[in-house]
Amino acid sequence: MGLLLIEQAFNGLQFGVMLFLIAAGLTLVFGIMDLVNLSHGSLVMVGAYLATTLIEWTGSFILGILLALPSTFLVGVVVEIVVLRTLYERDHLDQVLATFGLILFFNELIRIVWGPASLYSGLPESISGHVEILPGVPYPAFRLLIILVGLLVALLIYFIVARTKLGMLIRAGASNREMAGALGVNIRMLFTLVFGLGASFAGLAGMMLGPLTSVEPGMGEPLLILAFVVIIIGGIGSIRGAFIAAVIVGLVDTLGRVFLPMLLRSLVAESTADTVGPALASMLIYILMAGILVFRPRGLFPARTG
Amino acid sequence: MKKIIAPILALTMLASPLYAEKVKVGFMTTLSGPAGIIGKQMKDAFQLGLDHIGNAFGGMESSVIYGDDQRKPDVAKQLADKMVKKHQVHFVTGIIWSNLLVAVHGPVTRSNTFLISSNAGPSTVAGRRCSNNFFSVSWQNDQTPEAMGKYLQDNGIKNVYLMAPNYQAGKDMLAGVERYYQGSVSGKVFTKLGQKDFQAEISTLRASNPGAVFVFQPGGMGINFVKQYKQAGLMGSVPLYTAFTVDAVSLPALKDSAVGVLGTQTWSPDLDNPVNKRFVRDFRKKYGYIPSFYAAQSYDLVRFIDHSIRVAGGISDRDALRDAMRLGGYPSTRGNLKFNNNHFPIQNFYLREAVKDSDGSYTTKIIDTVFTDYGDNYAKDCGMKW
Repeated sequence: MGLLLIEQAFNGLQFGVMLFLIAAGLTLVFGIMDLVNLSHGSLVMVGAYLATTLIEWTGSFILGILLALPSTFLVGVVVEIVVLRTLYERDHLDQVLATFGLILFFNELIRIVWGPASLYSGLPESISGHVEILPGVPYPAFRLLIILVGLLVALLIYFIVARTKLGMLIRAGASNREMAGALGVNIRMLFTLVFGLGASFAGLAGMMLGPLTSVEPGMGEPLLILAFVVIIIGGIGSIRGAFIAAVIVGLVDTLGRVFLPMLLRSLVAESTADTVGPALASMLIYILMAGILVFRPRGLFPARTG
Repeated sequence: MKKIIAPILALTMLASPLYAEKVKVGFMTTLSGPAGIIGKQMKDAFQLGLDHIGNAFGGMESSVIYGDDQRKPDVAKQLADKMVKKHQVHFVTGIIWSNLLVAVHGPVTRSNTFLISSNAGPSTVAGRRCSNNFFSVSWQNDQTPEAMGKYLQDNGIKNVYLMAPNYQAGKDMLAGVERYYQGSVSGKVFTKLGQKDFQAEISTLRASNPGAVFVFQPGGMGINFVKQYKQAGLMGSVPLYTAFTVDAVSLPALKDSAVGVLGTQTWSPDLDNPVNKRFVRDFRKKYGYIPSFYAAQSYDLVRFIDHSIRVAGGISDRDALRDAMRLGGYPSTRGNLKFNNNHFPIQNFYLREAVKDSDGSYTTKIIDTVFTDYGDNYAKDCGMKW
């Protein structure tokens, strides 16, 4: 039981850092640019498709990922310039409608280019094995790699936001857009850059998801909902909040899914537990979100905006 | 005068089905959304069937009305209404999903139009609510997992871990396995419908140290589960048994990950009979991929309608047509099939293994016959006698 708990905690952490990669871009765009971007999940899908195709073309996993990252960045920049720029001054409902349109557009585009069937995306031999995280607990090496990459990216984002000039401008833009603009900051350029960065993080999540799950049209949408839960719990616009909330959501979802049905089975009849357990487990993170919002209406780490 | 008119009238009445009447078939399936790939296979096979019968059901002038049900019951019902009332089709068919079939079952069968299932076989339409206007050219939902349960039981496999998504079909599948499998169950898990990452469930599964695993994870869920099962290093050490999880729809995305996975099914591309050989060969030639069981059933459907109209000598007499349909014996990819009293086929169930072919493509091969001429368990509740 103890070993299983540790292994499940790793699973939760891995799911959490994956959510963080998606939520990081979402919270920056929502918090700094005040834009509700429903199509963020599509960027996860675009990243996964580009990586899968480029890995096949180049024959190298690393090279494929290294090429797919800037490509997803470019897709993000193009989307920002062509579609989103016109939406900043509009209200949230218009943004929701337009970015929902983008979801349909991307799903259909992917279907036209790659077809409706799922793509095959495997792993190179070197990372398809196992590592013993504890004696008697083999753990897939690739999932460990995801945890590592996720933590590194979290550090990188923290460094960019807290220690660089770009980060300073981002924070300035977030707390007072007009004032930053008046002081000579090129807000347009800044927003494009932020959106591109967010897109590449989401794309990176998609690239790492590819070898684990099926690469198919619409694969990003279920993750988007969870990413919204993460940024609401963490506080909109806060990178630190997004990271902590993502890990909490990852752990609660994974551990709840595994241990809640077990717990219920020892309390009520098995057939009832089989029905109620999975249903309750899938509600758990929303219950958590509601609970946190009661005590912290602006999330755990509200960004210092407006 | 009267003496002359009567025979002429009789002649025109005889002739009318051949010259004036047209066979109309409403083919509704899921062409958009994530499941669109299944609908595409069904439509491709349906059109191959049309090629093989010269686009003429029973040699008569024919037209097909296509529809996309989007996997939504309400859309399916609207489409069925339109096909029955506006186009006045003789057959409604092509439906993949049980919940959609149940939604259109009442309205279509009551309007005296034939409803033919080419995939779904929910228990509700096989038992007490069976209808003389409903036929299935596929199977009843419980049968495939029952075959799996029988195989596990007969081969003395112990301590099986069961897993399925948390919805009606998932529960039915596990119940089907447990109807024949009497051994111990090392664990039973219902996952979220549409779940993508099964790592947490796989960790728990490994901790319970099962003798074998049975999963029902259709579509994209199956691709994810099998991939992750292999990545967890369990493939090969804990045998994996499946139903509707590894097939020609998921194999192109699974490739080597699925080789060696076992599953039960009524059909496999290597099934040895002339109709099937021609179907698989022509299908691969025309579309460039290996057909799935969905495709085989869809092809059978065309041959079934065609054959029945030929035997009945037309479509104007519904009762004669029904009698012809009940005879079975149409050129099926599964050999010579007979119908049960509830209009579901009585057929064999095979154990198939996912393999890599000599030409490098991934497919399934039959390695055992689990049930011979097997009818479903709901037929006895159906009041129809013929």
